[in-house]
Order: sequence, then structure tokens, then C-alpha cells
Amino acid sequence: MIVAKNIHKSFGDKAVLKGIDFVFEKSKTNLIIGRSGAGKTVLLKALVGLIAPTRGEVWYDDIDFYKLDIKAVRKLRKKVGMLFQGNALFDSMSIEDNVRFPLDMFTNMSDKEKSTQVNSVLERVELGGVNNKYPSEISGGMQKRVGIARAIVMEPEYLFCDEPNSGLDPKTALIIDDLIKDITDEKQMTTIINTHDMNSVMEIGENILLLDQGKVVWTGDKDRIIESNNKFIDDFIFASPFLKNMKNKAFGLEQSD
Amino acid sequence: MIKRQFYHLGEYVLWLQKVFSRPEKFKMYYKETIRQIDEIGLGSLKIVFIISVFIGAVTAVQLSYQFGDSLIPTYYIGYALREMEIVELAPTITSLVLAGKIGSSIAAEIGGMRQKEIIDAMEIMGVNTQAYLVLPKIVAAIFSIPMLIIIAAALSIFSGFLAAVSFGDFIPSDFIKGLTSFYDSYTVIIMIIKSFFFSFIIITVSAYHGYFVKGGSIELGKAGTKAVVYSDIFILVFDYLIAQLMMG
Ligand SMILES: Nc1ncnc2c1ncn2[C@@H]1O[C@H](COP(=O)(O)OP(=O)(O)OP(=O)(O)O)[C@@H](O)[C@H]1O
Ligand SMILES: [Mg+2]
Repeated sequence: MIVAKNIHKSFGDKAVLKGIDFVFEKSKTNLIIGRSGAGKTVLLKALVGLIAPTRGEVWYDDIDFYKLDIKAVRKLRKKVGMLFQGNALFDSMSIEDNVRFPLDMFTNMSDKEKSTQVNSVLERVELGGVNNKYPSEISGGMQKRVGIARAIVMEPEYLFCDEPNSGLDPKTALIIDDLIKDITDEKQMTTIINTHDMNSVMEIGENILLLDQGKVVWTGDKDRIIESNNKFIDDFIFASPFLKNMKNKAFGLEQSD
Repeated sequence: MIKRQFYHLGEYVLWLQKVFSRPEKFKMYYKETIRQIDEIGLGSLKIVFIISVFIGAVTAVQLSYQFGDSLIPTYYIGYALREMEIVELAPTITSLVLAGKIGSSIAAEIGGMRQKEIIDAMEIMGVNTQAYLVLPKIVAAIFSIPMLIIIAAALSIFSGFLAAVSFGDFIPSDFIKGLTSFYDSYTVIIMIIKSFFFSFIIITVSAYHGYFVKGGSIELGKAGTKAVVYSDIFILVFDYLIAQLMMG
């Protein structure tokens, strides 16, 4: 579980986050959604400690993150995995070396144990047989999987994903979404995903926070989204007139224009 | 403007403190250091070879031209060549050239990792990125650049000798007499000390500019330029300070 308490962030005099309170639950895919520029990336980075908030607290279970010294932060981070929007793979290392890097750096496992672990996570993301390829030699969807494999190889308790679907076709995006959700269930992780992909919201939105201009304007899960009559939800999810009409028809709501 | 420079100096010093921390895993740092020795040391042999040969030859020709018809005994030219190469030309010129070659590539490598969020990714894993990305390079440079500079000094003196005896009207034995006169190992010590300082400057100044790069490819290019320019400036400043302190 990760708890955000009254998080504020300003760049100069521009307030980007204006008091975020939210509980990101364990064993769930927690989604941060919102329009472009709403502050999703800034919030995710504040949660993971890449951007220090101007005010507020972030709790990893019973640990107050911003009270930790750098050593304690590094220790906690062994329990944190993150999938980056651009994958952030080491481009001059093979796929296998990419995934093995955290094990090399932080464990005393034997080479054989490391190989077993690497192969097992690569198989988990359905990427057998590309161990010796380089990131530039595989497709975007496969790179995402490598990113996931590297993020989970240390068996983290907390997983952060920044726009896991960006640049993928809808079908591949769904497969990646499901993969993240299944792994979250299996490993009982607290997973936080930042997305503006409506398909993801409907597929894996177990606990959703909708941001608008740095404020939380709606929370709930995917089932409640459809029924909700929230103006921000309507603007975000049912953005096109076509979808608005569909929704209104389906729920027998009044036609609005 | 001046305030900005002081801000950078402060940031640089703070950042350096993080560079010198205990490695998470000695083996990984060792592996990276070996890779860097290959890159920085062996990778620079060719350019060091080329510039030393030419600098030595040009210096010898120039000295013979200046002093050839004067009352100064001809073997003095060999002596002057040796001193110039060891104390000044080999360490400084080689380092300035290496700043261009190694400095820009380090700034581009680390800056690219910053822009592609690879540094962030490593931080999230719990890696001390300042230490892991920079310390092996410092160790590799402090190990290889002084060697390159010793090679440069030897090569340039040798090529100076060849140039002097083949184009000037020198008797080789005269020149060799000069080369071996008044030898004082203190000058070699100065050369080695300079090369330690210059290696450290090249790596840390360049890595610093890469580490804090923002924006896109234009900024990355600028970081490469700044890495070289500031490395050069610091090299020359320290060249002067060391000369002042040790020979003044
Ligand atoms: N380092 C920064 N310096 C100044 N302003 C920033 C910085 N990072 C983000 N911002 C501003 O914060 C606001 C929110 O940005 P953020 O990247 O969080 O949006 P987002 O919701 O992730 O959008 P997108 O869906 O397009 O990725 C933007 O207006 C952006 O200009
Ligand atoms: Mg974003």
C-alpha cells in the first residue's frame, strides 16, 4: 500500500499538484488518469521519489518516504520496480544482461541462479529466446516486456508504470495491461499505473484516481466509471461526441449537446 | 553570469562527494573499470601517437630554427626539447586533445542516459548512479592517462630527435648529449602529477555536464561542447597552478 498525503508540487510559481490525497492499494492495479498536462507524470515521480514534492507525505506501508536518508531510500528501492515510458533499457547490453543487471548489482546469487531467475521472468512476460538480442533489435511491444521483466526480476513489492501503453497498438496494449495486472495479482504488488488510455482504464481500472489540473476530481473503479455522472469523467472517458451518445443511449440518459 | 559559475562550482563539488562512495558491488565496478580502461586508454593510443610525433618534430624544428645560428651550444636544443616535452607539451597538449576525445564522448554517453531516463531507472533500482557511472571512469583514467602521457613524452622526444637530425644539421651524438644533460627526475614527477590532475579534471568535468543535461539533442550537443571547453580551461588553470607551486 502506498499513501499520498496532501501532495503539492510547484515549479517556480506554477502549481502542478495541488494537494493530492489517495490510497494506492496492495494487490491492485491503481490507475492515475487524466488529460495531458494534468500532472500524472509529476505525481508518479513524486511517489517514487524522482521529483521531491513541495509539500506532503508519501508512505510506503509504514515508511514515511521523504523522511528517509539516502541509504534507507536505496534499501527501500530494492523493493521497487519501475517501467518507464521510453523503456529506459540499457541500449548497449543484451536483453539478458538488461534483466540481469539488478541481480548482478544487488544480490550474491550464483551465475546459475541468476540465469534461472532471468529466464523465469523472461518467460513470464512471454519473451523466451531473445536473450542475446539487443533492445534496438526487437519491437516496441517486446521492449515493453523486457522493461517489465527487468522491473520485476528483484520481486518488488511496489511497481510503477509510466504510460505502459504509449506507442503500442490497441491489441498489444491490452496484452501488456493484462500482463501487468496478472503479475500484480500473483506477486501481490502495489502497482501504480499512469495512463491516458481509455482501454486500460476499462480493462484494469481497479482503483482509479482522475486528475485534473493538479487536483483529484474523481475516484472509483472501472465499473463505477460507466455509471458515474461526473463531468470530468465524461470529458475524459467519453471525450468524443460519438462515445457520449453511446453512453447516453445505453443508460437512457438525456441527450446533451 | 559570475554567480552562475559559482553555482556550478558548488553543484560540482556536492556531486563529487556522491561520486566517492562505497561501491554497491565491487565486481560490477571492477568490470566497468576494465571496460573503461579499454575505452579511455587503449582507445586513445592512436591519437596520442599521432599528435606526439608531430608535436615532437615541430618543436625540434622550431628550436633548431631559433637557436641554430646563435651562440648557444647545439646540444642545448636537445636539452630544451626534452624539458619542454616532459614538463609542458606532453602532459598539457595530450590532455587538451584527450579532453576533446574522451570528454565529449563521456558527456554524450551520460547525457544520453539521463535523457532516456536510464539514470532514473538505475536510481529506482537503488543504484548510486553518481558513483557507478563516474568512479570507474576516474579510476580508469587515472590509471591510463598518465601512461599515455609518458608514452607521449617518449615518442615526441624521439620524433624530435629524428626531425632534428634528419632535417637540421645536427650530429646525432650532439643531440643525444643534450637529451641526456642536466637530467632531473623532478620534471618527470611534475609531469606525472599534472597527468593525475588532468585525468581527474577531464572525467569529472565531462561527466558532470552529461549527468545534469536537460532537454533534447541540442542540449546534449551543448553539454559535449561545454565538457570540452571547461575541461580545457581547468586543465590550463591547473597547469599554471602546478607550475607556480612546484617550479615557482
Ligand atoms: N520539470 C518541470 N518543470 C516545469 N514544469 C513542469 C516540469 N515537469 C512538468 N511540468 C509541468 O507540469 C504539468 C504537468 O505535467 P505532467 O508531465 O505531469 O503531465 P501529464 O499529466 O503526465 O501529461 P501527459 O499525459 O501529456 O504525459 C505540465 O503543465 C508541465 O508543463
Ligand atoms: Mg506524462
